[in-house]
Amino acid sequence: MTTPLISGVLAGAILSGTSLLYATLGETIVERAGIVNLGLEGILLIGASTGFATAAATGSAWLGLLVAALAGGLANLLFGWLVVSRRANQLASGLAMMFFGFGLSALVGTPYVGAVIKGLPKWRPAWLAPLPWVRNSTLFNYDLLTWMALPVAVLVWWALFRTRWGLGVRAVGESPAAAFAAGRSPGLLQYQALGAGGVLGGLAGAHLSLSLTLTWAEYMTAGRGFIAIALVIFSKWHPLRAVAGALLFGGAEALQLQLQARGSDFSPFLLEMFPYLLTILVLLAWGGARRLAAPAGLGRTFYGSE
Amino acid sequence: MAETGRLAAPAVRAALRYGAITAVALAAFAAVLLLAGKDPLRAYADTFSYTLANAYGFSELLVRMTPLLLTAVAVALPSRLGLINVGGEGQLYMGAWLASAGALLFPGLPRWQLLPLVALLGFAGGALWAAIPGVLRAARLVNETIATLLLNYVAPLIVSYFIFGPWRDAQGSAYPQSSAFAEAARLPSFFDTRVHGGLFIALGALVAYWLIMEKTRWGVDMRAIGGNPEAARRLGLPVAAWIVIALAIGGGFAGLAGMGEAMGIHGRLRQGLSPGYGFTGFLIAWLAGGRPLGILFMAFLFAIITSAGDTLQITQGLPYSAINLLLAMILFIVLARRPRKAGK
Repeated sequence: MTTPLISGVLAGAILSGTSLLYATLGETIVERAGIVNLGLEGILLIGASTGFATAAATGSAWLGLLVAALAGGLANLLFGWLVVSRRANQLASGLAMMFFGFGLSALVGTPYVGAVIKGLPKWRPAWLAPLPWVRNSTLFNYDLLTWMALPVAVLVWWALFRTRWGLGVRAVGESPAAAFAAGRSPGLLQYQALGAGGVLGGLAGAHLSLSLTLTWAEYMTAGRGFIAIALVIFSKWHPLRAVAGALLFGGAEALQLQLQARGSDFSPFLLEMFPYLLTILVLLAWGGARRLAAPAGLGRTFYGSE
Repeated sequence: MAETGRLAAPAVRAALRYGAITAVALAAFAAVLLLAGKDPLRAYADTFSYTLANAYGFSELLVRMTPLLLTAVAVALPSRLGLINVGGEGQLYMGAWLASAGALLFPGLPRWQLLPLVALLGFAGGALWAAIPGVLRAARLVNETIATLLLNYVAPLIVSYFIFGPWRDAQGSAYPQSSAFAEAARLPSFFDTRVHGGLFIALGALVAYWLIMEKTRWGVDMRAIGGNPEAARRLGLPVAAWIVIALAIGGGFAGLAGMGEAMGIHGRLRQGLSPGYGFTGFLIAWLAGGRPLGILFMAFLFAIITSAGDTLQITQGLPYSAINLLLAMILFIVLARRPRKAGK
């Protein structure tokens, strides 16, 4: 009885953690460039709805994935136009993006409510199949996005910390004026970071609708975008630490689902609160130390060199 | 006369400006509706005939304005300290929840005792809920924006727990809801409409907000903290205490909005008390720049816009939340209007 619970939670942690990880990685890139996008929740909804609608209309989950990534990227560029080109307040613009995502996803998704789609294909490497505790569980039976989650985290780390581009992005996040003086273009780098972050956010949303639930429902992301923003703080703006954070929170969600499925005496409503309360508790525990790790120019508007 | 003329002119200009912004947003949203294969002119005409064109429609606008005024003040008051309260939605639910607790626990009290008790509990529910992020922020542990946002997802779950569990209506209704409140706990309604006493509470809250901000020492202190917290601290102002108090009072107003919905409209505690009033209140307060008259005007405007959401749902088969797109477009235009200069 206990072994299936543990493996069930573990398998669920990896599945729910996937979308959280993509969202967290996307926001990490954006925040490293000095921009807070509180509208991440909206980006996830746009990814989930456009991906699902495309898959339902064309029958191809892969096409859905592509459209979701593009839609997420475009939505973030729209946000970039506000905060970079028009120098609008980042928090207010982020909340505007949240409303934009609420509305657009409802408009896109509603005709496909109840549609049946073939989700992203899942597979398990053949060499794992002989293990008995693997064969009888959902462990290691994953879709492409889940298999790629760890490599993408490493890729984001490499891009941010081992390339000239990443150095530029981080420089803009710390001090746009210094980056500008060094001959980099802060605005362009911020747009690039936002585009990349939006693509990851779109994929995060698409994983929910194309692999996890295989449905579209309004507000189906249920605050995952905000949890991901908290995870960026938890992981101290570091892509590899984000993996641990996403697993922890994916685990919290999986534990709640496993307990519900097992008919625990606990009210499902109380269990559902767990991830949100855990997020606040984690922010609380890490509250003091995190300020040192934050990009110094986070949330500030760069007014150019004049 | 000259005095009122000077006062009125900026208000008229502001109203015209927001009217123009809304017109542009309406045009953009019409384009989206066209793309979705709907008829925007029909939708706008229907909205007009359901709201402004007849007395009952107008009364429904007042019904909708009631929670919006309160959730807007819930954002505006803490914003004077530079605090961003995006938790109106959760505070609204907790206000409705605690008020319902009072109505269900003391059904035998006479009206003159029960109504004030229920209103007080509604305020307390929202205030206590908002005090959590307030304390966390005052202790410099968790940013209040993210904490208030996250708590929005927790509060409706608490309500659900009670209406599916201990408070579930025993009369065998399939619809999950609490049992009906005693008549003495209901806010009175007027003229055979759904306009209820909550409207006067909301207008009172707006006046109280204006009085506190403009006419009292507290308002001066709060603006001092909002302007420069470090300087305020050195002047000996209790900054941390003010952060908690301002968020709690703001949350209390949002709680009153929830109390009004439960006691004035539904007469029970239900899921889905609010179609996002807390978030819409944030937009209202932000667009109005926290000015009381601006809040009144924007709340009326947004009551019309959110009514359009219902119209879209009923006559065009679109989900209510599609209206969020129109709200977002208004915000986009305001945000993008002109690039801010440094130092502003």
